[in-house]
Amino acid sequence: MKTKKVSGSEAVILSLLAEGVDTIFGYPGGAIMPIYDLLYDYQDKIKHILTRHEQGAAHAAQGYARVTGGVGVCMVTSGPGATNLTTGLADAMLDSTPIICISGQVVSGLLGTDAFQETDVMGFSMPITKWNIQITKVEDIPEMMARAFFIATTGRPGPVMIDITKDAQFAELDFAYKKCVDVRSYVPRPPLRMEYVEQAAELINNAKKPMALVGQGVILSGAEKELLAFIEKAQIPAAWTLLGNSAMPSEHPLNVGMLGMHGNYGPNIKTNECDLLIGLGMRFDDRVTGDVKTYGKMAKVVHFEIDPAEVNKNVRVDIAVIADIKETFGAITPLLKEQKRDEWLNQFKIAYQYEYEKVIEKDIHPVKKGLTMGEVIRMITEKTNGEAILVTDVGQHQMIANRYFKFKNSRSVVTSGGLGTMGFGLPAAFGAQRGRPDKTVVAVIGDGGFQMTLQELGTIWQNKAPIKIVLLNNNFLGMVRQWQQMFFDKRYSSTELTNPDFITIARGFGIDGKKVSEREDLDGTIEDMLNHEGPFLLEVTVEKEGNVFPMVPAGASVSDIRLE
Amino acid sequence: MEVKEFTITAFSENSIGLLNRITIIFTRRHLNIESLAVSESAIHGIYKFTIVIRTTQELIENVVKQIEKVVDVLRAYYLSKEEIIYQEIALYKVPTESLTESSEIEGLVRKYNARILEVTPEYTVIEKTGHKEDTQQLFDDMRKFGVLQFTRSGRIAITKAKKERLSEYLVKLDTKKPKVRI
Repeated sequence: MKTKKVSGSEAVILSLLAEGVDTIFGYPGGAIMPIYDLLYDYQDKIKHILTRHEQGAAHAAQGYARVTGGVGVCMVTSGPGATNLTTGLADAMLDSTPIICISGQVVSGLLGTDAFQETDVMGFSMPITKWNIQITKVEDIPEMMARAFFIATTGRPGPVMIDITKDAQFAELDFAYKKCVDVRSYVPRPPLRMEYVEQAAELINNAKKPMALVGQGVILSGAEKELLAFIEKAQIPAAWTLLGNSAMPSEHPLNVGMLGMHGNYGPNIKTNECDLLIGLGMRFDDRVTGDVKTYGKMAKVVHFEIDPAEVNKNVRVDIAVIADIKETFGAITPLLKEQKRDEWLNQFKIAYQYEYEKVIEKDIHPVKKGLTMGEVIRMITEKTNGEAILVTDVGQHQMIANRYFKFKNSRSVVTSGGLGTMGFGLPAAFGAQRGRPDKTVVAVIGDGGFQMTLQELGTIWQNKAPIKIVLLNNNFLGMVRQWQQMFFDKRYSSTELTNPDFITIARGFGIDGKKVSEREDLDGTIEDMLNHEGPFLLEVTVEKEGNVFPMVPAGASVSDIRLE
Repeated sequence: MEVKEFTITAFSENSIGLLNRITIIFTRRHLNIESLAVSESAIHGIYKFTIVIRTTQELIENVVKQIEKVVDVLRAYYLSKEEIIYQEIALYKVPTESLTESSEIEGLVRKYNARILEVTPEYTVIEKTGHKEDTQQLFDDMRKFGVLQFTRSGRIAITKAKKERLSEYLVKLDTKKPKVRI
């Protein structure tokens, strides 16, 4: 292999280039300065985006990865730079998002001496990364970089942390890059076992009332087409988890809606009426299952999943096919009988109608005074024609947005599912916009979460990222308040907010905005926002004590779903 | 569900921090490690962890899958007491005068199949391998002579199956490289 004499810092950048990276989100500081110095020479090849906080860099990298299907990269300094990534790493770990975080570290001779800005990056990042590595020898850089990309992106993806001591950044090596294709101890794609595929096919062929549960695994595997072929051939109604949203088009006739705590009535209630549950690249999270003791009791369970550790973790299954789900679909669909299940599918339509009358109509077409989150979402999704990318923060608005936003394309939703990270929305929206500049990116955020990371308005402004920020303001931490109302006798402990003038704040960051409090102004202002050239903040004052329904109370059975 | 004793064996690369990555899995689930032994396995460069844990069948299955999921771990298994032969080693330091004053310690050494490793004018070091109950019993019996120091290793275990499971796995790995999508 041809080699080139370069510094460790240049080796990091050449490795990133070899992996096709052209965008880095980050924040400089002492221990990473040698690499930042080299970035100055590579500005035409790699765009570094300075966020306003390292947490913002991590979430931006996540947003970027989620919409592009590629890797998000962020770069920070040692000590506080690295610890500020913690929430992003933990979020990416739970939501299987491939990001690579590079942190500078004090010189290797000072490791363990409590040197300035030294922290145990390996130790703290270990439980919240798929893999991590500390590099102290310059000659290890290319191989470890290659391994990091391989591990982050293959199998069930996840975050990787690379900690590089400052002396390794300065030292020189003979650089040559070879992509990693194999790690002896790591099996990213377990081989498909045809005998289990056949057994699963038999269960599906014999089922009278099957229901599919679509998770993010379908999206991560790029198996959206194969999913449709699978459910269409056997006419299986398919519901989705929060992270599985947009894996299939919202208006597909077999799409029966969202699962779980604030999911749709039909898929929740039918969980305990169906005779076969088919988990597709999902992990039976407690927000999906409710009380597992009463979950799917009439049903056999089939699980298609790439991560063996997810099988039988929360719900015992009858047949598991442990493999990349695209491969599983390819093998199983030819074995399925074509079926008609009009009566079974009709039951979902009836359930939807019931939910529509009880909940949805009031949410999206309210007549009484006070704007609802639901009507704002409905208008935006109508005006963007199912083509926009939705990024949300965490809370009531997140559930409402995921319930009512409509999608035509996969990878159109970026939301913090597993970790439920408030403050995720704004930086993730920035990353998503960088990843898909061709798309309209709508960031729906509550007044609580917005104030956790609103400094990233500076990043948005500096980079002129045309994000449409929709701030649904009820002057409350709405989801916590809802729980207090329902389960804590309306004792609103520390959930009411005295909020600043958000429009003035946005203006301070050079971002135009408008506040809407009356229904008659909503339509036109949304129109203005979408037609506005740059970033825009639309603040909507929504009803103060609106609740999200349906709701499966925490720990209750999915059958006990409440509509009011 | 019934809480039972399980012995986990895990085979891994020898990378920095791996022990931490494995113990985190127990910490997160509020599980206490009863005993732990780590050393190089029969295969050069591959390290073997033997971990004793008391928990339920349900949890041990999940824990072992989580261990196997760690990138640098090649394979992890859990075994019940009936599936393994296991030993621990214990060392006891007693004052040499307590040996010369009576023949009781000598009797204990014979009875427990222990052996004497070193004798100096001040102290004598005795070694005993066996199960924890045996090494503990000897300790209790010798206590009255004044045990100056006592130490016991973690459990090491060998399966009753003919070959080490990992060797078959490694052979398979070599003949069939996993397909990889880049």
